[in-house]
Amino acid sequence: MTWFLDHIPEVLRLAWTHAYLAGIPLVVGLALALPLGWLARRYSWLYAPFTAGFGLLYTIPSLALFVMLPLFTGYGILSPVNVVIALSLYTLALLVRTVADGLGAVPDHVQNAATAMGYTRGKRFFAIELPLAVPVIAAGLRVAAVSNVSIVSVGTIIGVQQLGLLFSDGFNRDFYDPLVVGIIGCVVLALLFDGIIILLARLLTPWQRATGGRA
Amino acid sequence: MNGVITWLTDPLNWSGSDGIPGQTLTHLWYSAISLFVACLIAIPLGLAIGHTGRGRFFVVNLAGAARAIPSLGLLYLMVLWLFPKLKGDSAFLVPSLIVLIVLAIPPLMAGAYAGVEGVDPAARDAAKGMGMTGMQVLGKVEVPNALPLILSGFRSATLQVIATATLAAVAGTGGLGRFLIDGQKIRDYPQMAGGALLVAVLALVVDLLLAVVQRYVVSPGLTGRGAGPARGSRRRSPNRNLGNTPLDVDIPSTTRTVDPQTP
Repeated sequence: MTWFLDHIPEVLRLAWTHAYLAGIPLVVGLALALPLGWLARRYSWLYAPFTAGFGLLYTIPSLALFVMLPLFTGYGILSPVNVVIALSLYTLALLVRTVADGLGAVPDHVQNAATAMGYTRGKRFFAIELPLAVPVIAAGLRVAAVSNVSIVSVGTIIGVQQLGLLFSDGFNRDFYDPLVVGIIGCVVLALLFDGIIILLARLLTPWQRATGGRA
Repeated sequence: MNGVITWLTDPLNWSGSDGIPGQTLTHLWYSAISLFVACLIAIPLGLAIGHTGRGRFFVVNLAGAARAIPSLGLLYLMVLWLFPKLKGDSAFLVPSLIVLIVLAIPPLMAGAYAGVEGVDPAARDAAKGMGMTGMQVLGKVEVPNALPLILSGFRSATLQVIATATLAAVAGTGGLGRFLIDGQKIRDYPQMAGGALLVAVLALVVDLLLAVVQRYVVSPGLTGRGAGPARGSRRRSPNRNLGNTPLDVDIPSTTRTVDPQTP
């Protein structure tokens, strides 16, 4: 405990780095998954190859991906860019399917009503389909966020600065305090991400509160 | 890139117990033991919870919470704690195996639970109406129907274990992670990347094999495989195409479940 009190600035600095290493990939992954998920929905023959293909990406263990990426990206092994790219790929792999399924869960009669009201295809997507798919997409994003926070700590092995550094620090010195602080920090960060996504999803779907969950 | 190919094709790296074949076998061996033990614990528990409907809250939260715990941190903590208590080789191995088992339990249990939970109540009632006992309903109706989800839980557990077994090399155990960790210590990037490539290939091959098993073990009545038009079951099962991502085992939210047994 005294260790933590003495090292608060350092822990906060690592936590901040950890947060953006886990957070940026969420935004990038989601931004890429939306058009790809839409494509998989629009052209149904794309659905199986997309979900299977991105599922394969998800199969690659994180440490292996961190180490292999420099071969393709040209960034050095120590560069945090590799971690961000790897996590963006994982997020994308998880979300393509979620986005496609979420868009697919929008009832036909709702879409037809929108079309009858004169919505064009593009307007219908942004005003009707995407908002109604928010709960499903948010559920996928929560899974991605929580596992991203955990995976970032694996970057310790290749020397990327974040909360995971406290694990190896504690381990090498045979000293529990930093190790435990690092683990608790990771869990707290994961819960924070989770909470923020729940909050955003609630703000984006005001009708869910008004009708008690029945969209 | 050339360095990686040189490393991968060097005959020296393909011989001995710490060569590529030896470390691959060690990796698979640790993964298999951990999965076996984890299955013994998690599957009966998951089936029991799905069958009785008791303890649902426990599984739903366990699966979520387990994802938040950093596996590397857990590994270091376990080694630090158990290492002084053990002797010889097992001092490295036992803590790592415990972590692998602990990490494999939540997805396995979630798969078994969600599978049984999702069985069509009509099928369950029909089985009871035919006079089956609780165990017969479980063994003959619920488990076969739950098999797709049990197997996708097994697939995500397997991936998790193979990935974490790679990390276990930092704690001194064998396996393909050794090339990554040893390469890192002496700044030998080709060895690291070669090891990484092998781990990725191993994970892909195992996952594809399990996908094939999943396809052929599940009853044709569920997958629609080989079902003729005479049975009118052209309709595809909602459980098809299950993969390895955590979302494939979708645990029904507690808040939405209507449970007639709770007052």
